Amino acid sequence: MPRTVLVTGISGNLGRALAKQLHTETHVIGIDRRPFLGKPKDIEHHEVDLRKARVEEAFRHAEVEAVIHMGIMHDPRMPFSEAHSFNLMGTHRILDLCVRHRVRKVVVLSSANVYGPRPDNSNFLVEETPLMAADRYSDVRDLIELDMYAQSFMWKHPELETVILRHVNIIGPTVRNAPTNYLRLEVPVTVMGFDPMLQLIHEEDACRALVLALRPGLRGVFNVTGPGEVPLSAVLRELGRVSIPVPHFLLRPFVRRVFEARLVSFPPEEVDHIQYLCVVDGSRFAREAGWAPRYTLRETIRSVL
Amino acid sequence: MANGPLPPCYTSAMASQLLDAVRDGLREWTYALGGPGTRSRLEKLTPPRNEFGVDPYGFDAEYLVSAVAPLIWLYKKYFRVQVHGIERVPAEGRVLLVSNHSGQLPFDGAMIEVGCLFDRDPPRAVRALMDTWVPTLPFVSTFMARCGQVVGTPENCRRLLAADEALLVFPEGTRGLNKLFKHRYQLQRFGEGFMRLALETGAPVVPVGVVGAEEQAPALLDLKQVARLLSFPALPITPTLLPIPLPTRYHIHFGEPMAFQGAPDEDDEQLERKVAEVEGAVRALIARGLAERRHVFW
Repeated sequence: MPRTVLVTGISGNLGRALAKQLHTETHVIGIDRRPFLGKPKDIEHHEVDLRKARVEEAFRHAEVEAVIHMGIMHDPRMPFSEAHSFNLMGTHRILDLCVRHRVRKVVVLSSANVYGPRPDNSNFLVEETPLMAADRYSDVRDLIELDMYAQSFMWKHPELETVILRHVNIIGPTVRNAPTNYLRLEVPVTVMGFDPMLQLIHEEDACRALVLALRPGLRGVFNVTGPGEVPLSAVLRELGRVSIPVPHFLLRPFVRRVFEARLVSFPPEEVDHIQYLCVVDGSRFAREAGWAPRYTLRETIRSVL
Repeated sequence: MANGPLPPCYTSAMASQLLDAVRDGLREWTYALGGPGTRSRLEKLTPPRNEFGVDPYGFDAEYLVSAVAPLIWLYKKYFRVQVHGIERVPAEGRVLLVSNHSGQLPFDGAMIEVGCLFDRDPPRAVRALMDTWVPTLPFVSTFMARCGQVVGTPENCRRLLAADEALLVFPEGTRGLNKLFKHRYQLQRFGEGFMRLALETGAPVVPVGVVGAEEQAPALLDLKQVARLLSFPALPITPTLLPIPLPTRYHIHFGEPMAFQGAPDEDDEQLERKVAEVEGAVRALIARGLAERRHVFW
């Protein structure tokens, strides 16, 4: 375990869950432009935007041995230019500082959504699959650019162990993202006649995978999977939801309207996630890092309640 | 944590009860149509399944036993399928079944699979490779996935063959499926992908010749422009307008397994020779089937 780990985006729900796991084992420094509510005393927190030069202070204070970069914005309601600038400029600055301050390990939290749900997807996407998500939903291109930027960084700086983790849908009691918002709907809408397989990972397992990636010697791009694949209908049944199936040709215009009226946080393109397959092969991370989730499929699903 | 689903509301309980009743009814129909011993035979099918009853691809063996009932009816009563040499399909291990394709709607694939389930002991669940169009179709996509069908990408094939599964391939693809009536029993160009997979994974090829499907929906013309407009692969016009299959009698002939040696990246010429060998075997099976049958309909 590295002696000092810097975590970006630590004030988010997932960041706080990670901090909880990590701060008992090592010295944790946090960076986030939001305040860290309920911060444990031994965590040093810097409230600063990742794009600002002042971020370097966090690196000057202590000798940072490893960085977990999860300060990545996924909010479809933000203007695209803001998310794009935050994600790319922020990542650029952090990776740049890692080189200058001789950090030994960088773990970047990307997402399995960079592959995108598509009708012609193979059942299990490996890490080499082209990142095609933007082809159907262009507003995710910042996440793809970020992933590719981290990859090119990995090749340009062999002295640094870079790990890029592409997690499947992270869900859990504290996480608020598109999948958990959807699963928390009392009456979720489904696409009539479609029931794709889903992969879910519990937030604590997601954090455990990030910590596991700190292991010396590990570098590369890895899909991170949870306890298996399950049909969307089985997830909703497990949660006791009564879903309303809507034909896809009506659903998309409907979601567009309500999204534009700011009644829901799902852009119409996200309908693809409950219509087509975006399932990844997580065997490489399991093999090379010894990854195994602790939560069962049923526990993971129920964690959103 | 307690097991079992959480208490759903009243209407959904009714809906799920109704669904369960339909499922049970269909399952009983399957057992009745399959004849005595069907139940115990189908219980030999034990694909991996998680606590939600599916394998990682979404294949649900229980769903299959229910959903297959109308197809068995087609198999036994409508097309009155006769299979020849089904014991040549190996009981286990990776294998590629390579067949001719026809009939506008892929009932030939369904009948081969039903044959492997009901006329083979022990039954073998065969996975057919679907066109990328299928996952865009409501209901059909879900039905296909639960019955174990997958999109025919090379990655899927490699993975399934490595797991010692049986795959059904139509190397003619839609060229064969949507050909016109005047071209019946003329094999269209075979794609070569299956041969590369066979060489790469060392899977034997079992040639299959289907006789009967070629006459089920005689297409007089194919409105290609309109099809493109609707993003359909084809729009065949048959005497019944829609390609509803006629009750032709199917004869499915399975050939001896063929083993191929070579490198998967060998040049096209060598590969084509091997593909032609399989094509020849399929053609021979079709010729035999045509010679042996008495009539298109009985």
